[in-house]
Amino acid sequence: MAATMAEKVWNAHVISEPGEGQPDLLYIDLHLIHEVTSPQAFEAMRLSGRRVRRPDLTLATEDHNVPTTDIDKPIADETSRLQLDALRTNCAEFGVPIYSLGNDEQGIVHVVGPQLGLTQPGMTVVCGDSHTSTHGAFGALAFGIGTSEVEHVLATQTLHLKPFRTMSITVEGERPAGVTAKDVILAIIARIGTGGGQGHVIEYRGSVIESLSMEERMTVCNMSIEAGARAGMIAPDNVTFDYLKGRDHAPVGEEWNEAVAYWSSLRTDDGAQFDTEVTIDASELTPFVTWGTNPGQGAPLGNSVPSPEDFETEAEQQAARNALEYMGLTAGQPIRDIEVDTVFVGSCTNGRIEDLREVAQVLEERSVADSVRMLIVPGSVRVKRQAEEEGLDRVFVKAGAQWREAGCSMCLAMNPDKLAPKERAASTSNRNFEGRQGPGGRTHLVSPAVAAATAVAGRLAAPADLEVRN
Amino acid sequence: MDKFGIHSGKAAPLRRSNVDTDQIIPAEFLKRITRTGFADGLFHAWRTDPLFFINHEDHSDATVLIAGPDFGTGSSREHAVWALQDHGIRVVVSSRFADIFRSNAGKNGLLPALVDQDVVEHLWKLVEEVPGIEVEVDLHNQEIRAGDYAADFHVDDHVRFRMLHGLDDIDITMEHNAAIEEYEASRPDFLPTTM
Repeated sequence: MAATMAEKVWNAHVISEPGEGQPDLLYIDLHLIHEVTSPQAFEAMRLSGRRVRRPDLTLATEDHNVPTTDIDKPIADETSRLQLDALRTNCAEFGVPIYSLGNDEQGIVHVVGPQLGLTQPGMTVVCGDSHTSTHGAFGALAFGIGTSEVEHVLATQTLHLKPFRTMSITVEGERPAGVTAKDVILAIIARIGTGGGQGHVIEYRGSVIESLSMEERMTVCNMSIEAGARAGMIAPDNVTFDYLKGRDHAPVGEEWNEAVAYWSSLRTDDGAQFDTEVTIDASELTPFVTWGTNPGQGAPLGNSVPSPEDFETEAEQQAARNALEYMGLTAGQPIRDIEVDTVFVGSCTNGRIEDLREVAQVLEERSVADSVRMLIVPGSVRVKRQAEEEGLDRVFVKAGAQWREAGCSMCLAMNPDKLAPKERAASTSNRNFEGRQGPGGRTHLVSPAVAAATAVAGRLAAPADLEVRN
Repeated sequence: MDKFGIHSGKAAPLRRSNVDTDQIIPAEFLKRITRTGFADGLFHAWRTDPLFFINHEDHSDATVLIAGPDFGTGSSREHAVWALQDHGIRVVVSSRFADIFRSNAGKNGLLPALVDQDVVEHLWKLVEEVPGIEVEVDLHNQEIRAGDYAADFHVDDHVRFRMLHGLDDIDITMEHNAAIEEYEASRPDFLPTTM
């Protein structure tokens, strides 16, 4: 029977089907862990005398909490230090490989897995982090789990799960100039809403998706969770294979050929049925930003801030009223008039080398506005080194931006990088929730290109706006 | 995990949609390495509001939370469940839960009771109009009762079974160990390892 890619990957990992209405038992090929959602799992393992079943399919990295300055000094925040110490102790005790702060391979878990070639098509990948959906860009079935599930995977390398429903989102047509992967996914979330993908795994398809680079695909899949979906996937193709070839953990020789043959078989069959189908016309796409306090509250940069009355349901209207109040915005105000205090470039959504190149291209020969502080935080040490080899760091610093060490940083403000109350940021991260980037802080989600242009203009702007105004 | 059969307690209205896990417990409170001690961070940004349920004399000791749609969206942090439980919440009622939150709740014995939005609206009115009204949540019959009012709720069969019997997931899985070993032996050699 014709099957979708998600169904093929699922079926290839079912160990046992306990029967009608009961969840399948699924094998997990790769388990990534970090300091925030793992300590309680290891503690429970210790108390029940269990061992990690497959440390060789497990990898830890330090990212959520790590400082992005002075990383050679002891971590000032004691609770952060204790959490990192706990991860190191747990990994040593249970034999799990770890890339700690200071290691050449340290970085955000969803940047590290792909760049090492550990994330491959057709795999099941989990992590105690909802942005695990990122890895679906390779055609892997990758999703975030809670700490109880982290413990379950550590102990058994499996999970009990009910099959997800399937959703196709087809973006067809010509991508207009100036429209980035981030704009595509923000537009999708605004269209289907934060609950639109609930219970589903999304397969992104169509000519626009196929034309994306591997890193752009990761940006799209990364934010699947913001549409409520557990996972997002893109069919593996030559772009995927070219990215993987030669990476540290990619197969070599005859195994490479065998793998490519298998990966090529994963595409959704003609005639396969999705439970839900959404189509987006690429010509409608434009630089997109959020104005509210959830990722579904977004609009084209050229629009005005919407009015609560523009929404259909009472719940949406109330949510919009709350959001406008929290964000300090007035309905009808042009979005381009919104001034920002801070610009943050980084995160598992947009902290990769192509993102930094895009920012550098805009900042070259320009300066960050005096009223703006700009933080640029690479997603991993490798990304940092690469950027420095290409001289991007010099462009950033010359323009007046701060060039930092790798980590999650201001995306969730667990380290010292945070917004002050009412401070307004344009951020390339993934969540504009109340207080996400610091208590009382106000977040507009944007692409790297819009972030860079905004830093220069001091207000929300696209690179094209700078050309006009110069 | 403790067994869950019938729970009776006061209920609190949370008249908001899209209450994400950053709202339930902000990241700054996630640095503990234990499963307890998160109650102080629960709904941190809202708890200074004297009208918020935690500060309201009728609802401060509620054990059933009646929430708007899309409860628990965003981050996978299980700390959101632990914080609710630390505060004494045993049941969250909503017309739509985010998938990961719902899974985390079930695994910790916090009942995610799924109902139609009109049931939520009815319960909101009821608990606001009748201060201190006792709400009974019956997992055997999947029914919520308050005064003369009764409504069915949905919960995943597997979660219900495990909560009713207080079963440990890992023990259940290890009964399949032979099948797991057999599967492991059949995995292709080209798959990567982390070492």
